[in-house]
Amino acid sequence: MISSHDPVLENALVKVRGLTFRRGERAIFDDVSLEIPRGKITAVMGPSGCGKTTLLRLIGGQLRPASGYLVVDGAEITAMSRAELMQLRKRMGMLFQSGALLTDLNVFENVAFPLREHTTLPESMIRDLVLMKLEAVGLRGARNLLPSELSGGMARRVALARAIALDPMMIMYDEPFTGQDPISMGVLVRLIKLMNDTLGLTSIVVSHDIHEALAIADYVYILSAGKVVGRGSPADLSQTDNPWVRQFVQALPDGPVHFHYPGAAFAEDLRL
Amino acid sequence: MLDLLQELGRWSLKGLQRLGRSNVFMLYVLGGIPMCVRRPRLVITQMFAVGVLSILIIFVSGLFVGMVLGLQGYNTLVDFGAEESLGVLVALSLVRELGPVVSALLFAGRAGSALTAEIGLMKATEQLSAMEMMAVDPLHRVIAPRLLAGIIAMPLLAAIFSAVGVFGGYLVGVGMLGVDDGAFWAQMQASVEIREDILNGVIKSLVFGVAVTWIAVFEGYDTLPTSEGIGRATTRTVVNSSLAVLAFDFILTALMFNK
Repeated sequence: MISSHDPVLENALVKVRGLTFRRGERAIFDDVSLEIPRGKITAVMGPSGCGKTTLLRLIGGQLRPASGYLVVDGAEITAMSRAELMQLRKRMGMLFQSGALLTDLNVFENVAFPLREHTTLPESMIRDLVLMKLEAVGLRGARNLLPSELSGGMARRVALARAIALDPMMIMYDEPFTGQDPISMGVLVRLIKLMNDTLGLTSIVVSHDIHEALAIADYVYILSAGKVVGRGSPADLSQTDNPWVRQFVQALPDGPVHFHYPGAAFAEDLRL
Repeated sequence: MLDLLQELGRWSLKGLQRLGRSNVFMLYVLGGIPMCVRRPRLVITQMFAVGVLSILIIFVSGLFVGMVLGLQGYNTLVDFGAEESLGVLVALSLVRELGPVVSALLFAGRAGSALTAEIGLMKATEQLSAMEMMAVDPLHRVIAPRLLAGIIAMPLLAAIFSAVGVFGGYLVGVGMLGVDDGAFWAQMQASVEIREDILNGVIKSLVFGVAVTWIAVFEGYDTLPTSEGIGRATTRTVVNSSLAVLAFDFILTALMFNK
């Protein structure tokens, strides 16, 4: 296991310290600390409903933590004004699970959207930039299609092109592999890796697809019940002796997380 | 009994909370007006959606309401030998009351519900969230142009409704029932005042436009992001904005036309 005094983590782009977040009475995060190293792909994994997406929304400043702090590129998110937060978000891209393309605009206009909103570039320049981004995800030929005409995998690739439109320093992927056929899954895995390496990005991939996430991640966090239960490189995790992490990484049906939902003994329930 | 009181209290607290939320919401949306002025194209697109696409229903309803006024008015007036005043009756009813009120009710059903459903669906499919993450404020980029478009479109639609209605009354009164052509128009011209009648009607439709569009965009933005939530929000838009229109109509009429 790598300690938090590791030089790579010292230079982290995102630092989370003592983060606590509650939804109603339930604590989604309970005193969580983690670092996202700069220039690497970090996977955040855990079972459904453990707050992986919430973590991305906290980093993006859409939600405010109950306590603790989040530092992104040296700036404290919780202390930011709305205007500062908006400036920071221009340097972050986020890929939503559904793609979240604007349904009234075609593919070209969706990718052009951040450019039109935040720059005053001339139309010819916007056209060149959009076509470059679409070429990078292999969908230049689909620029006149509407989001409703795209498959799920294509929609995610368009959303990826849109997320890199402003050349961000970091991209957050929310469940990028969920519900994809093997081909588009392979395309997405390759794209995430390629984008990270060629554009010098920092990537956070939230996922529970172990195989794909471990294949591209440089560093992995495993969350469960509001705590970080495992961390390390993919190689470290496959040799862990933590039974919970082993169950998760090896996808075993029974272990510390039981197959059966807690209840009375079976025999008792059948009134034997 | 105590349960009933408790329920009543909870219910009214919830109502007040919503009212408060809608006011804060409105305040943020108004912050997006400068952007709409800078980029009028955003508002024009929405005016097409809420205004131009509502013209057909406004036109047809206006025509029929005018024709019914012509028939009913004639039947009453003819007993007093005053059928020449049919033009005045039709025009005043439309300009003062029916034009603004009926077109606002139709507007709530046609454009208001569409606005709520559209915005609710944008919320449910995370489009609003995605915009926020792209550092674009959805209240400014999505809501403000729609609100402004609704407020501009409503008085125009009410004016179309009244104009077509007068024509409908003319068709029935002069064309079918044989009221004198010249008397119909001359009496109308002599009795309908620009300030007293027409301006007040325009003010009414402007107020209704604000109320209906505000309710519609707020319900869309405040909806639970599920299909059931959007359905309920759409219903609430039509019900609440219709009630608001009728209540405001009473207040405005009392203020404007008491002698």
